[in-house]
Amino acid sequence: MKHSDRRKGNIIVFLFLTVLGIFMALPIYLAFLMAFKPEQELFVFPPKLYTLNPTPDNFRNMLHDLGKSELVPFSRYFFNSVFVTVSVTVLQCVFSAMAGFVLAKCRFAGKNFLNAIIVISLLYQSNVIYIMQYVVMAELNIINTYGALIFPLVSSSMSLFLMRQSISQVPDEIIEAGKIDGAGLFRICWQIVIPNQKPAFSAVMIFAFQSAWNMQSSSFVYKENFKTLPTVIQQITASGISKTGITATASVIMLLPPVILFIFARKGVIETMAHSGISG
Amino acid sequence: MNIKNSLKEIKRSRECYLMLAPFMIFFIIFTVIPVAMSIPVAFTDFNMVQTPDFVGLENFRNLFLNDRIFLKSIRVTLIFAVVTAPVSYILCFMLAWFINQMPSFLRTLFTLVFYTPSMANIYAVWQLIFSGDRYGYLNSILMNLGITFSPVQWLTDSRYVLGSVIAVQLWISLGAGFLSFSAGFQNIDPTYYEAGLIEGISNRWQELIYITLPLMKPQLLFASVMQIVSSFTAGTVAQNLAGFPSTDYKAHTIMTHAYDYGWVRYEMGYASAICVILFLFMYIADMLVNKFLNRE
Repeated sequence: MKHSDRRKGNIIVFLFLTVLGIFMALPIYLAFLMAFKPEQELFVFPPKLYTLNPTPDNFRNMLHDLGKSELVPFSRYFFNSVFVTVSVTVLQCVFSAMAGFVLAKCRFAGKNFLNAIIVISLLYQSNVIYIMQYVVMAELNIINTYGALIFPLVSSSMSLFLMRQSISQVPDEIIEAGKIDGAGLFRICWQIVIPNQKPAFSAVMIFAFQSAWNMQSSSFVYKENFKTLPTVIQQITASGISKTGITATASVIMLLPPVILFIFARKGVIETMAHSGISG
Repeated sequence: MNIKNSLKEIKRSRECYLMLAPFMIFFIIFTVIPVAMSIPVAFTDFNMVQTPDFVGLENFRNLFLNDRIFLKSIRVTLIFAVVTAPVSYILCFMLAWFINQMPSFLRTLFTLVFYTPSMANIYAVWQLIFSGDRYGYLNSILMNLGITFSPVQWLTDSRYVLGSVIAVQLWISLGAGFLSFSAGFQNIDPTYYEAGLIEGISNRWQELIYITLPLMKPQLLFASVMQIVSSFTAGTVAQNLAGFPSTDYKAHTIMTHAYDYGWVRYEMGYASAICVILFLFMYIADMLVNKFLNRE
């Protein structure tokens, strides 16, 4: 292929991505805009794509609305969200790394069966099973506890699947070498295999964080002191269109942590890719 | 003798099972049991308070013979899935491919731009975009351009509501599948392309078909599952945008129907029956896609 052809093609691809990217980013931009727009500017015709009088009113009103419940202060919702998200992310990473290593690299009875189950369960780990999860958790008496928010999310078959796929790229010789050195599976997993799995960890971390951070959990916990931010924000939203500014502000704030995490994790992925000698 | 052997075998791989245990315990309790349990519960009348009452095929008979809204929801779900799953799948693949051709900085930027929507719950913004008065962004643009002369009720007019919901679903659908494709493209060893060059591959379409696609098969399969899940279990987007229930049930998916019976009416038996049917749909879709991708 001629070099100049490729460059011309790249420019077309770049233009295409830019145009589509602007369309994709527009609603996000509007969310930011709405968060800073004064209320009287939200409903004007024609709607403007900028504001000349940015205001922090929405932020102030949001904190006010969130803190309105007499039962618990706003900081409690925030703590709940952070606690649940961190727990889910850490546990999911640890569990899926170990299980992924075993499923990718060890021979034992039942392995093929488990691998098949994991792949099938990719289909069913979503809101399809919320209702039955509720029944199970009611039976276990963990409705209205942190367990109801954390446990259903810690064993994600997608994370396990990604880990397994990634670890199966590791050459067997490395693991054999570890065995010859007398290391147990546990040590081989954590000291030899896992340190080279940064990209896979980044991916699992992002998905785990996102699923926990954005979880609508109103059905699993309805006591005020266990509610997380998305649930509370949804309650504010439900009170009507007059809260549009506040809702937009809240969703912008909720969007920031996963985006920031993604930016860092993504960088890690690229870095590790560039340095990783193990491929293909 | 045989049992003795297998016991030995289990003992030998004790470490394996121990390392699997934390994942498996939670997996069994919160995924396997809920899925498995929904099948027997689907044949009962169960309201969470009294013990389940075995009713045989009653729930399924009611669903297919007496529940007009359910039949409607099947139609909506199928339309929804047939449109969003393939479109979003191709979009994920194409964008990941295009982005991979860009220099490193742009790659990061574009990946971020396309992936961010899947992390965003900004229904308030979409409500304003699709707002049925002239303050709505979409209506205002169309009216300014002279394409329409009066505001369109995007989210309440039964002709447009499904289309609007599909648009938003597509917007948020560049998620795990997209990232999987991106990683897949980056992981391909450039020597394959160099070898291809020598073999006479002359443009990037050929590169795509002869080198990239075969190497990307794991990602292709993975992303297809992701698309099936997100398009068949969709319901949140519709509920947040079009309300619950939506006008004339035009955006009423099977998932929304299950939600209605499970959370609103606490008829768990009936809700389970709905879920079981949805399980079946997803399984069939997955099998068909697998068959297609495993063809060569």
